Amino acid sequence: MSSVRVLVGTKKGAFILTADGTRRNWNVSGPHFAGWELYHLKGSSVDPNRIYASQSSGWFGQVIQRSDDGGKTWNPPGTKPEELMSPDGMPKGASNMFAYEGEVGTHKFYDGSQHPWEFKRVWHIEPSLTDPDTAYAGVEDAAIFKTTDGGRTWHELPGLRGAKGALWQPGAGGMCLHTILLDPQNEKRIYVAISAAGAFRTDDGGQTWKPINKGLKSPYELPDPDAEVGHCVHRIALHPSKPGTLFMQKHWDVLRSDNGGDLWNEVSGNLPSDFGFPIDVHAHNPETIYVVPITSDSLHYPPDGKLRVYRSKSGGNEWEPLTKGLPQKDCYVNVYRDAMAVDTLEDCGIYFGTTGGQVYCSPDGGDTWDAIVRDLPAVLSVEVQTLK
Amino acid sequence: MVRVVLPFHLRNLAQIDGELAIEVPPPVTVKSVLDALEARFPVLRGTIRDHGTHKRRAFIRFFACRDDLSLEPPDTQLPNAVVEGREPFLVVGAMAGG
Repeated sequence: MSSVRVLVGTKKGAFILTADGTRRNWNVSGPHFAGWELYHLKGSSVDPNRIYASQSSGWFGQVIQRSDDGGKTWNPPGTKPEELMSPDGMPKGASNMFAYEGEVGTHKFYDGSQHPWEFKRVWHIEPSLTDPDTAYAGVEDAAIFKTTDGGRTWHELPGLRGAKGALWQPGAGGMCLHTILLDPQNEKRIYVAISAAGAFRTDDGGQTWKPINKGLKSPYELPDPDAEVGHCVHRIALHPSKPGTLFMQKHWDVLRSDNGGDLWNEVSGNLPSDFGFPIDVHAHNPETIYVVPITSDSLHYPPDGKLRVYRSKSGGNEWEPLTKGLPQKDCYVNVYRDAMAVDTLEDCGIYFGTTGGQVYCSPDGGDTWDAIVRDLPAVLSVEVQTLK
Repeated sequence: MVRVVLPFHLRNLAQIDGELAIEVPPPVTVKSVLDALEARFPVLRGTIRDHGTHKRRAFIRFFACRDDLSLEPPDTQLPNAVVEGREPFLVVGAMAGG
């Protein structure tokens, strides 16, 4: 029977939630890396037992962890005692070394001045669709890194910062590259999103990148209506069967593009608020999408204290609230951008985590919800693996 | 042997119980102790001082014999009590929070 494994990153450690295909009875393991911030964990689709995790701390910096047994045991790649026996001498312990390539350069800072790029943490790890030893990391200050040796070493793809990087600026959460989408039909094409720079695309495997922000309107943050970069994109998503269609939750506005990001159109429609963070796509219907409306950029909680996921079965514009099993009064949590995921079981489970420490699961595409756990630390990320 | 005490999270990361005793070739300085520590525990690289620059991370402090050595030059020789193993070299996570 199929089963699911939900990887939850929180402000105080990681948790792994497992259940069979009914998704009614859950086992909870953790906290793993107790006391550390786990911005993101994600498993390889090629080898589901290979999981990468970003562990960080304001005191001790960045650590990359890797599991090769589905999250039972973990090691920072390249630092196992047996690897110390390499005939070439001591390993460099470089799995947490994210050094920008070449001239570091500067970006726009909060006060409008130019500020040197400084590595702070890894926000998102995206394993390759074809090789478990290859993965991409989105970091703050915004850049994309790649490993081809299972996380032992990471190297920047510096062409991204060449896409008008001097004009990028941090959002309130820092200048972070938080979304990496790999095109399953074209291994040379990768999409990324950065707050607050916008969305970008490469068609040559990461050597060169171009901004793909035409159609985005950010009048309060960017007075120039034609600004190529500087947009605060919160999240983008795609369906593997239709990778040229992208969905975006921007700071304000929900949008879609049907040409790989060349042009975006707003599809906020009847949402009670078009501010929010996550957006995701149903596993089997590329036109069914999900968002969690948040009141505003000043009020990071759901409108009217009601936690509602909104679903559109028409790829946007027409939205329906999904409330059954979710708190409909006195709820003032937020849902972060990387904290929503879908499984690929027939009835498509939807998952999201909140800043209040709840992780909710809908085993029926959003019709009904139940909390898997209610009292974790604030949830930073949720990913799900469907295990056959 | 130089005795080294690490903060809770770094002991967990390096899978160490209690304090360490490490061989440090003379001269015994903040830098040479950290070099020896990182050579034995590569996972600690980047967690106490930055990769490349070897600059102390902002919220890390160094103490020995009740003295705060955090702002001393890295090549400052450590007290004899530390060199001889009578006192530990302390790596401390700075107090912060609310």
